Amino acid sequence: MTELCRPRVAVVIFPGSNCDRDALAAVAAAGGEAIPVWHRAGDLAGCGAVVLPGGFSYGDYLRAGAIAAHAPIMKAVRKHAERGGPVLGICNGFQILLEVGLLPGAMLMNRSLRFVCRDVHVRVERDDLPLLRHLRVGDVMRLPVACKEGNWFAAPELLDEIERLGAVALRYCGAGDVSDLAANPTGALHDIAGLVNRGGNVLGMMPHPERRVHALLGGQDGCALFRALVEAA
Amino acid sequence: MRWDAPASLELAREHGLSMEEYGRVLAALGRVPNLTELGIFAALWSEHCSYKSSRLHLSKFPTRGPRVVQGPGENAGVVVLGDGWVTVFKMESHNHPSFIEPYQGAATGVGGILRDVFTMGARPIMLLDSLRFGELEAPRMHHLVEGVVRGIGDYGNCVGVPTVGGEVDFHRSYNGNILVNAMCVGVARADGLFYGRASGPGNRVVYLGSKTGRDGIHGATMASDVFDEAASAKRPTVQVGDPFTEKLLIECCLELMRGGLVVGIQDMGAAGLTSSAFEMASRAGCGLDLDLDKVPVREGGMTPYELMLSESQERMLLVTAPAQLADVIAVCERWGLDATEIGAVVEGSEVRARFAGREAFRLPVTPLVNDAPRYERPFVRNSPAPPVPLPPLDDRDWGADLRTLLASPALASARPVWQQYDQSVGAATVVGPGADAALLLVPGTRIGLAATTDCNALACALDPRCGAAQAVAEAVRNLACVGAEPIGVTDCLNFGSPESPRVMGQFVAAVEGMAEACREFEVPVVSGNVSFYNETSGCPILPTPTVGMVGVVPEVRSAPRCRLEPGDIVFVLGAPEGALGATRYLQAVLGIEGGPVPAVDFAAERRAAAIVRALVRAGLVAAKDITDGGLAGALVELSGGTTGATIAVPEEAAPARVLFGEWRGRYVLAAPPQGEAAVARACAGAPLARLGTAGGQELVVRRAETELVREKIAALYRLREGCLGWLLSG
Repeated sequence: MTELCRPRVAVVIFPGSNCDRDALAAVAAAGGEAIPVWHRAGDLAGCGAVVLPGGFSYGDYLRAGAIAAHAPIMKAVRKHAERGGPVLGICNGFQILLEVGLLPGAMLMNRSLRFVCRDVHVRVERDDLPLLRHLRVGDVMRLPVACKEGNWFAAPELLDEIERLGAVALRYCGAGDVSDLAANPTGALHDIAGLVNRGGNVLGMMPHPERRVHALLGGQDGCALFRALVEAA
Repeated sequence: MRWDAPASLELAREHGLSMEEYGRVLAALGRVPNLTELGIFAALWSEHCSYKSSRLHLSKFPTRGPRVVQGPGENAGVVVLGDGWVTVFKMESHNHPSFIEPYQGAATGVGGILRDVFTMGARPIMLLDSLRFGELEAPRMHHLVEGVVRGIGDYGNCVGVPTVGGEVDFHRSYNGNILVNAMCVGVARADGLFYGRASGPGNRVVYLGSKTGRDGIHGATMASDVFDEAASAKRPTVQVGDPFTEKLLIECCLELMRGGLVVGIQDMGAAGLTSSAFEMASRAGCGLDLDLDKVPVREGGMTPYELMLSESQERMLLVTAPAQLADVIAVCERWGLDATEIGAVVEGSEVRARFAGREAFRLPVTPLVNDAPRYERPFVRNSPAPPVPLPPLDDRDWGADLRTLLASPALASARPVWQQYDQSVGAATVVGPGADAALLLVPGTRIGLAATTDCNALACALDPRCGAAQAVAEAVRNLACVGAEPIGVTDCLNFGSPESPRVMGQFVAAVEGMAEACREFEVPVVSGNVSFYNETSGCPILPTPTVGMVGVVPEVRSAPRCRLEPGDIVFVLGAPEGALGATRYLQAVLGIEGGPVPAVDFAAERRAAAIVRALVRAGLVAAKDITDGGLAGALVELSGGTTGATIAVPEEAAPARVLFGEWRGRYVLAAPPQGEAAVARACAGAPLARLGTAGGQELVVRRAETELVREKIAALYRLREGCLGWLLSG
C-alpha cells in the first residue's frame, strides 16, 4: 500500500486526553494513517473512522465526559456515527459516547469508589460487526482497565432491552486460573465492559486495547480491534 | 504590616532567619530591606532552597561521567541514553505538606516533580514514589496512607504519566512525620533540552499557567522547620493541585519548545515567582524588570509580598524573544492557558519589580542565590551499632516464622497501593510496579529505560555509612534484574534537624557512604533534594537517604520475566547464606532492631550485577535480588501465588541465615532446564548454587534430612496482601 491510500483514522484530542498518542500509534501500527483532530475542529478531516481516546477530557470536571460531549468536534462525530461511520470510544471516549447518547446507560463511580488499574479478561459477545470481525464470540482478550468511573449502569427496562438487542459487545470474565481478583473490577451491571449501538458501528469499551499492540508491552490482544477499525475506515 | 514596611530583626526571626543571617542581609544590601525583600531573602535562604546545611557535604558526590549532560544545579539531571536520546530525572520530597494535608500534599509533590522534568524539554514517561508511614495503629495513619495514595493517583492518573514503581514502608519513627518522595523520569532528544536561564537583555518574561492566589505562602520556610503541636495550624500553607491544568501545561510547554519559541523556562516551585525569577537571572548572569501589576491573580488585593511568595501550583516562568511573544501567547491560548508578559530581561544583576506605580523591591541577584549562608554544622560520628545478641536460632518453626514475616507490614504487598495508579498509560510499560525495577520503552524505540527507588532506613539508622552504600547497591541489583545498566542517580535525603549534631552525623556518614558507592559503581549523582527537620516534638525519623537510580537497556529484545515457571531450575548466585543484621526477619519476627549492617563488597556486586544483566537481557532467567524476607521471601514473591518450589539448602548453612538472611549481593535465578548450561557458563567463576526446581503448590525447603519449610504457596502469597488490603475495600 502506498502512503496515499492508507485509510485515514481520526483520533480526537480534547484538552485532558491522555491516551491520544497511544491511540495514534496503535492506528499507525495497524496500517492506518492516524490523524490527530483538535476538539475545536468542525470536521473529521476526511477520515473514515474515529477514535475517542481515554484520559480526563476537560479534567472530567462536572462528570466524566460531560463537557467533552459539548465540544465542537462532537457534532461531526455524531453526524459520522449516524451515517454508519465507525467510531471507537475507549475509557473516557466510552464515557463521552454515553454522555452524547450514542450509546445507552451511564457510568457510576467504581463499586470500590477507587481508581483501578489492572489487567482484566473480557469475553467477546458479538463478531458480526465491522469492528469485531477479526474476533470470534467467546474469544477472551486480556487488556488493562484504568478508570474511576467505569461502573456502567442502566435502569432494569433499559438493561433488558440492551441484552435483548445484543448490544453487549464485551463482558468481563474470569481468567480461568486460580487468580482471586474479581473478574469485574468496576461493578458494571451484567459485567458489561463494552457496548455497541443499534447500527453496530459505534463501539464503546472501558479496557484499553491501544496499550496492547506490542509483544513487549504485555501482549497484542488489542491488535484485532485496530486492524478492523482501519479496514472499516 | 504593610508589604513595604521596613524590616526588623524581630520580623527576620519570624521569617526563620537568625540574627547572623539578618546581619548578612543588611550587609549585602547596605540598607534595611522592606518586608517584601525580607520575605524574598528568607525564602531563598531557607534550608529548602539554599541547602545551607548540606551543600558542603553534597560536594562529595561524584557528579561527572561520560554520559552526564547536566549535573546538579538545574531543575533536573540529564544523562545520555543513546541514539540521540537523553533521560531527564529528579526526585523530590513533599513530606511536611503531606503530613498536614495528605491528599493535596502528595498530589502537589507529584505535580512539582513533573514540572522539574518537562521544564527541561523532556516528556515525563514515568513516576515512582518512595513512601514511609508510621505504624498503622498510630493516630491518623489510615487517613494519611489513604490520602497520600489518592493524591498521588488522582494527579498522576489525570496527567497521563504512569506510576510504575517505588516503595512503601512503615516504622514508628514516621508516626509524626511521614515521607513522600516522588521521582519523575522523562525523555528528550539530546538537541531538544531547555534550561532555566533568563538570558538576552531585551527578551520578554512571560507568566504561564494558573493564576496566583494566596495558597502556599511560606511553603519553603515551613519545610525548613520542625513540626510541633501547632503544625495543623499551618494547613493554609499547603498548596492545592490541579492536574488538568498541569496536563495542559505539559503539552503547551512541549509545543512551545518544539516551535523554537523558548529562550529559558522554569517552573514556579518552592518560593514561587521568587525562586524562578532569581534563579533564572542568576544562571544567565542577567537582571530582570518585573511588573507585578500584570501577574494574573485569583483574588483581589494581593500585595507584592504575596505575589512573590505564593506557591500556587501549575505556573511557569518563560523567557522569549520579543518577536516571538505573539506566537507564544497564541499557543497558550490554544491550550486555554493564561499567558501574560510580566517583564523583561535587562543588563546588570538586579531583579527590580514595580507595583502600583512605584518600586516594590530592587535586589541584587548574587547575594540571594549564590551567597546564601553555608553552615559547617557540628556533627558527631555515630559508631555503627554493635552486633546485637540473638536468641538461639537453630530449632524454630520456620514455616510459622515465614508466615509471621509475610503477614507483617515489613513485607506487605503494595498492590493495594499501586492498583490505584495508572501503570500503563503511554503504552510503554514493559515491567510495571511489583517487580524489582520498572522498565519502559523510550516511545517509538526499543531502548529500555529502567528506574528504581531504594533505602533500608533501619540499616541507615544502625550504620548510616554502610546503610546508605547498601541502598545504592540494592538499586544496582534491582536494575540488573530487569537487564539494565545503571547510568545515573537522584536522591532524596530525609533526615531530622541538622542542628542536632547526632542527626548531622547521620547525614554526613550517609552522604559519604552513598558517594563511595556511586564512585565504585561509576554512577554519577545528577540531581536530588535534601529534606531536613523531619521530626516531631524532638523525635527525628530514621535517617532515610532514598536512592533513585536510572538504568538503560540498549535494546529490549524480550520482556524480563518476573515469575517462576513450573519446571524452572532455581539457583542462588552469591554467598550460600545472607546476614541477619537489620533484616526484616529480626524486625518483624524477633522484634529486634539491631546490626551489624554488612559493608558492600563492591567487586563482587559489580561482577554479579553484570552476570545477571547479561542473563536477563538474553531472556535466559527470571531474576530477583535477595533482600526483604531473604531467600524465602524472594521465592514467595517470584511464585506469583501459583508456582511453588522444592529446594535443598546446604547442610552447613544456618537455617535463619539461609532462609531469611539479606545483604551480601545475592540473587535468585530461575531458568528452564534447557537453559541450565547457559546459566552455569555465564556464572563461571562466581559462586552459583543449584538449589532445586520450581513447580507444585507448595514451597518446600530441605536441609539434609530435615524439612525446614513446607507451606502452601497460594496461602503464603495471600498473607502479603493482608496488611494493606483495607485500602481496596469500599
